[in-house]
Amino acid sequence: MNGTLAKPWRSLRKTKSYKDVVLAMWETNPISKQILGICSALAVTVQLKTAIVMSIALTLVVAFSSLIISSMRTVIPRNIRIIVEVAVIATLVIMADEILKAFMYDVSKQLSVFVGLIITNCIVLGRAEGFALSNPPFRSFMDGIANGLGYSSVLIGVAFFRELLGSGKLLGFQVIPNAFYDWGYVNNGLMVLAPGAFIIIGLFVWLEHSLLKKQ
Amino acid sequence: MENLISIALDSIFVGNILLAYFLGMCSFLAVSKNMQTAAGLGVAVIFVLSITAPTNWLIYHFLLAPGALSWAGLPGVDLSFLKLVLFIASIAAMVQAIEMIIDRFSPGLYAALGVFLPLITVNCAILGGSLFMVERSYTFSETVVYGAGSGAGWALAIISMSAIQKKLRYADVPDGLQGFAINMITTGLMAIGFMLFAGISL
Repeated sequence: MNGTLAKPWRSLRKTKSYKDVVLAMWETNPISKQILGICSALAVTVQLKTAIVMSIALTLVVAFSSLIISSMRTVIPRNIRIIVEVAVIATLVIMADEILKAFMYDVSKQLSVFVGLIITNCIVLGRAEGFALSNPPFRSFMDGIANGLGYSSVLIGVAFFRELLGSGKLLGFQVIPNAFYDWGYVNNGLMVLAPGAFIIIGLFVWLEHSLLKKQ
Repeated sequence: MENLISIALDSIFVGNILLAYFLGMCSFLAVSKNMQTAAGLGVAVIFVLSITAPTNWLIYHFLLAPGALSWAGLPGVDLSFLKLVLFIASIAAMVQAIEMIIDRFSPGLYAALGVFLPLITVNCAILGGSLFMVERSYTFSETVVYGAGSGAGWALAIISMSAIQKKLRYADVPDGLQGFAINMITTGLMAIGFMLFAGISL
């Protein structure tokens, strides 16, 4: 990096937000390390497009719910805090669902109930309960974004392989050339079905564990 | 009647709510280490799903669906966008009520599965069951059968998983695969197994 960028980058690296982001994305990646939020993860990974939309929706919901709950943290009574959190998260998810239905109707039909299931996604409630309740709003927002990005990376990774191996396409565009099909290459049908997702994510986590151990 | 039987069999085997639709994975992975707790959680899920799915059907059809409020004189109102909030609220309320009733009338049962009930409230499978019921436009009797069937399918999956995990303890699993990864691959193989049921015609 040249001199003009190096200095701000170095001071950026020292900020708490940067450390949180890196931590959430790599070491405490929600899916593999905390084994959270896989529920709705796998069903939408049949295609890359639906996985990307789902990742964006979840990242925004986690970030904004953490922000809102963190802003209210001093006025929420302890014994009804879960109810308040679920109410905030449910409202945001309804908004996300309606926005999707309005602007991307065909994708929302493919996502069907899984956008609604973001409410019960452990990551959203987990971050709200574990971080937003005891941290200032901006840091909670960044923590939400970070966890969302960590989740998105796994989701998009799985979807990439499932769509590529299962139908030879990415984002709807034929990627594997027709010549391969003529030579006898066949799309892997298992990747498009439920078991393919389980196996791919198992292999992914194996890879991640092995890489982290070497460090 | 055949319709009800086919919905029941479909929700237990082919369209298993866990192995085909990926719902309820969090508690599935966390609790499947021990056969007793797995069985307890499975029974609790059957219980809760059988009660919450029909309740949510009533809420949806008498309060939220387009034209549902015609009994109150408001036929043009469509509140279906509120289903997410109301479903989760009703699930939380019903689970709390079930917990109190079990505690009052059967302390033995409460000791066995009462500890799982708060965990079940945020189980994706419960909310997912209600949302699928709306999406597939089931009638009331179909919903009852679907709820019980989904719960039974989930219970079947978690009990099978705990049995397999018991065997896996004696297997020589590589370091990177231990824990989450091998469980996921095992679940994938179970899912392939359950897909076999699609070929059976009654």
